[in-house]
Formats: sequence, structure tokens, C-alpha cells
Amino acid sequence: MRIALFVTCFNDTLYPGTGKAVVTLLERLGHEVVFPAEQTCCGQMHYNTGYDRECGPLVKDFVKTFQPFDAIVVPSASCAGMIRENHVRVARTVGDRGLAEEADRLGPRVHELTELLVDVLGVEDVGAYFPHRVTYHPTCHSLRALGVGDRPLRLLRAVRGIDLVELPDAAECCGFGGTFALKNPDVSAAMGADKVARIRQTGAEVVCAADNSCLAHLGGLLSRLRTGVRTLHLAEILAATE
Amino acid sequence: MPGHHDTAGAAMPTYVGMPAFPDAARAAVRDTQLRRNLAHATTTIRAKRVTAVGELADWAELRETGKQIKDHTIEHLGHYLRLLEEQVTARGGTVHWARDAAEANQVVTDLIKATGETEVVKVKSMATQEIGLNEALDAAGIHAYETDLAELIVQLGGDRPSHILVPAIHRNRAEIREIFRREMPGVPDDLTDDPARLAAAAREHLRERFLAAKVAVSGANFAVAETGSLVVVESEGNGRMCLTLPETLISVMGIEKVLPTWRDLEVFLQLLPRSSTAERMNPYTSVWSGATEGQTFHLVLVDNGRTATRDDEVGRQALRCIRCSACLNVCPVYQRAGGHAYGSPYPGPIGAILSPQLRGAGSPVDDSLPYASTLCGACFEACPVAIDIPEVLVHLRSRAVHGRTERAAMRFAAWTLRSPTRLAFGQRLAGTAGRVLGRRGFIGRLPGPMARWTDTRDAPVPATETFRDWWNRR
Repeated sequence: MRIALFVTCFNDTLYPGTGKAVVTLLERLGHEVVFPAEQTCCGQMHYNTGYDRECGPLVKDFVKTFQPFDAIVVPSASCAGMIRENHVRVARTVGDRGLAEEADRLGPRVHELTELLVDVLGVEDVGAYFPHRVTYHPTCHSLRALGVGDRPLRLLRAVRGIDLVELPDAAECCGFGGTFALKNPDVSAAMGADKVARIRQTGAEVVCAADNSCLAHLGGLLSRLRTGVRTLHLAEILAATE
Repeated sequence: MPGHHDTAGAAMPTYVGMPAFPDAARAAVRDTQLRRNLAHATTTIRAKRVTAVGELADWAELRETGKQIKDHTIEHLGHYLRLLEEQVTARGGTVHWARDAAEANQVVTDLIKATGETEVVKVKSMATQEIGLNEALDAAGIHAYETDLAELIVQLGGDRPSHILVPAIHRNRAEIREIFRREMPGVPDDLTDDPARLAAAAREHLRERFLAAKVAVSGANFAVAETGSLVVVESEGNGRMCLTLPETLISVMGIEKVLPTWRDLEVFLQLLPRSSTAERMNPYTSVWSGATEGQTFHLVLVDNGRTATRDDEVGRQALRCIRCSACLNVCPVYQRAGGHAYGSPYPGPIGAILSPQLRGAGSPVDDSLPYASTLCGACFEACPVAIDIPEVLVHLRSRAVHGRTERAAMRFAAWTLRSPTRLAFGQRLAGTAGRVLGRRGFIGRLPGPMARWTDTRDAPVPATETFRDWWNRR
């Protein structure tokens, strides 16, 4: 299958390893990955912070760039959620009815990584090997906006050598929240501290998730506290082999 | 201390000068006792609610029905309010209309003054908290006694409510004992912090008020238009005492509380208790239609920003709210910041979308409320009338007035992100900065507003080779 990768601006700049892992993983599974060079950002930060007008052109660019593709993979649940749930809304708000229709048609072809693997490609065992103690944090957008359910866990359980441990109170927000982390730094840190305590309770070496943005917040706290626990996008676990 | 419960002052704190949410929350997250009280109370009720809701196989349908009834009623609000007025009047009650808080307070004050009384008993009511009735009555020389146990604790403590259902949720029993010993006349010297002893002391204190009161003021959870019936649901029975003993009853109700029929009420009598106290049925449900024999009944219908809220197509869903508090109990932000930081009797997620709409933006706290959320969506999931709170929050953010610096930064970011070339240039700059600032794989300190990140967290180092570069090289 020919799959277009929307790597997201955040991963492109800060976590290129996640994009590389998606390429490695999908190619290993026998698929062709293309990277449309015109891509930039889905507009989530602008939309969520209340900048609809600035978000409009980003939605337009995204739709134009990815329209030619049948399947688009996004290694970020919050960006995938933004595209599927909110692009049509933004197009309507800025009064572009044509764009709203195009975005509406494009939406169903956009898949978060675990959705693509389980629903579109029909795999749960991706042939990965990762001999570490790992806990999985279901990010709010993967859980409540996209509803990816237990797809990530099904994929992780099939990884050979993994010691997957359950995270207590997993469904509770980590406190990142995009610009919330800067606008309400105290509450953000307080929420993060409690999430870190839960992570430490598991004894995991690695905490993984479907969003590097939440992991940047958690990783920043874990690193500041010198916990020795590291964060990893689950794509990187699924891409790992012996 | 702003946004912080004040244990020393006896005067009712005012909302004037209420700081923005992040400033109020900063103090709250450092308050050990508050954090502990809130974490304990919210996690307990959270688990119970899940069980209570899980008992009903048709919960999703009930929720959808509740949502539709509310939307229909709000759409045809004028019709149902006129019907309600007609029915209440036909049953011997008098209906008053109040455009805003000041009008409502004036109506209630005049009605009480006409009775010649200077003391009234009160049933727990959000509408009267919203309009600041107690303060207005105080200014007119009338003392209102709160009879709900938690409201009594708040009132005696010179405090503000911090939760819709459990106004004194920020207090533990040791603190309550101190408040009672300090403020409650005739309290036994050997009062302990045993909940049963505390409740007994309050009961003793309140009984005299009930028997002496000639006038009671209540709110209403619902009003059934077809028969002009008002409904109050409660746990303690204090409401029942207020509603039945005094000669004059004055009920203050937000106009969105009306329901068309008894069949509609049945849906909400299932949704509300399970969502709020996690009970199958609340202990007391009081219903009255017009004036009971020997009693005078006044209904004050309050708009106070509701019509304006109704005019907003996205924001109007906030008017579905039945004040159950489920969204507060599941909210991770509320749990850590506490209710006072929201600067309104409506705290938590619902407060963050209700207060700025009812009051209109313009104050530091109201402008900051739409941002007092990570958009995690737990509130929407728990809401028994399916208010998409994250949707309304984002909508209110888009209407907010943004600071000049932020606006410039967001515009510049959007401009950069509109072009892959400009983005690549920005990434190269970030990579260079990362090499300067980063050490051992992270950045410990960032300049300017980004310090709000690095004050508590390390920051990731931008990649020296972006994904884009890697792909092109490949």
C-alpha cells in the first residue's frame, strides 16, 4: 500500500526519530511510504489557542498537500484528531465552504498510526523486539477525541521481549494541554507531577504514548527529576527489532 | 491571598479584584491541605459516579434524551416560560421577571421587606449565589441563614463556595470543627471533629432558625411548565423544612431551568442524582405547584446573561447544565486548582464556559477561564446532558481578546508554518539554538516566556537533522 506520511511539525523539528521509525516500520511491513515535501503543520496550536483566522491557511495547505493520497498516516493522536475533528469546523469558521467539503472528504483517509496498523493494514504483531519494562500512557486525544481504544496496547502486547506494565489512573490527563503548559504552568506541573508518580510506581524504564507533545512534558519532568525513566513514542518501540 | 480560602476574615469575600486563573491557581497548588482535601473528595465521588451510572443499561439514551429535551426547551424558551407563568399564577403564585442580578436582588429584597421580616432561611441555591443575594440582603438589613450544611459551613467561615454540590469541599472536618466552635452560638465545648457530632451541632443550630423563620428563599432544580410545578432535590431535608414551614416562600430560578412536562422531569430525576451524588435517587424531592394554602409564593425568573448566552450557537449548550458537578469531580485542573480560582460560584469546567458567557468577558478572571483547561475531554465524557465543554472552551478562546505579544508570536508562527522553506529555516535556527542551550540531551533553561516551561521541566533539544533533512538525504 502507498501511504503518505504527515510527520507533524513537532516531530519533524524535535523528534525526527519518530518519523524515521514510522518509515522503518511501514516499509518492513511491505508498504511504500511517501513524504509530501510541501507539508508543514495541521494548525492545532492555533486552533486550540483561539486563532481560527491564522489556522485557516494551514488547513488549506494541509488539504491541498494531502488530497492526492488514499491513506495518510499521522504519528500523533492529537494532530490526527485536529485534522479529522476540527479541519471542517475551521474551514466553516473562516467561511470557505469549498475547503470544508474537501476537508470533510479527506478526513476519513487520515489515520493515527495505531489506527492505520490495526484497522487499515490489519496487523497487530508488527514483528518488533523491545526487551524493556514499558508502561503506556493513553493521551487524552487518543483516548477521548479519536477513541483509539486498546489498539496501542494490542500492538504493544505483541512486541517480543517487552515487559508491559499497566499505568495506574492511566486515563487521567498528564497536564500538557498545548499552550496550557505555558499559560497555566503551575497546574500543568502539578498534574505532571502526579502522572510522574504513577509512572514511577510501575517501575518502568520507558513510558510510551501516541503523542510526542505529551511525552515532551512528561519527559521534561522525568529528566528534571533525574528519574532515569525515558519517554518514547510507541512507533519507536514498534520499529525496534533484534 | 487572592483565590485562596481565607480563614481569618469574617466578611464575605468579594469577587472584585479577582485575579486571573493562573495567578489564583498558583497559590492553590501550593496549599497542601486544599490539595489533600480535594484529591480525597473528588476521587471518592468519581469512582462512585462511575458505578451509579454503570448500573443503567440505557444511560447513553437517557443522556441523549436529556440533551434533546434541554435543547428543545431552550429553543422554545419564551413559550415554556409563559406557560410556566400562567400555571404558577393560576395556582395562586406570583411570577416576577428579572433581567439581571441587580433586578432580581431588588425584587427579593422588596418582597421580604413587605413582610416586615429581617431574617430569612435559605435552601441551597446556585441562582442566589450567582446574583449575590445574601450580600444584597445584608446591605438592606436582612440576614439570610444558609441551611444546607455545606453552605452553612461556608457562610459561618466567611468563605466562598468552591464546588457546586459540595460548597465546602475544600474544608476537612478539623477545619469545620474550628469554624463551628468560633462562629456557631451555643456550640458544645466538647465538640469533636466526628462527622456525626458536627452534623448534630448544625442540626441543633438550624432547628431554631426553621421554627422562627417567617420567610424562606429557595432556588429550583427544575420547573415543570405544564403544571407550574417547582422541584428541589436535596440530600439533607433542610430544603424541605424551608419550603414548608415559613409563611412566605420566594424561589429564585434561572430561566433555563424550565422543562415542558412531567415526562421530561422523569429523565432528569434519573440523570441528576447519579451524576451528582452518585445515588440512585436523592433522599428528598420536593415539588410544589403555586401557593400552598396559608402560604404566599413568589417565583423570580432570572435572565442574568442567559438570553445572550442563548444567542451564541456554540456557547448556548452551556444552558443545558443541571448543576450536577460531575465535570468538576473528573476535572484534573479543578482537582488541583480548587474552586476559588475560578472566581465564580460556578467553578470547574462548567464554570469556565458559563461564567464568561453569563458575565461577559472583560475581567482578568473571566478572560482567563476559557484557557483554564487542557481540553482533556473528561468533562464532556462525564456530562449527563452531553455539553461538549472542550468545544465551547475553544470557541470562547477564538472570541477572546489576545495579548499583543502573544498575537504577534502566533501570527509569526502561522506565517512561518505556511511555507516549508520558512519552516526549514526556523528549524535550522532552532537546531543552532539547541546546540548552544542544550547539554546532555536536554535544555534546562529557556529565555523569556519559554521559562514558564523550563521552570519546572527540561525542554527537548531540537534535532540537528530534522526528519525532512533525513528524508531528503535518504
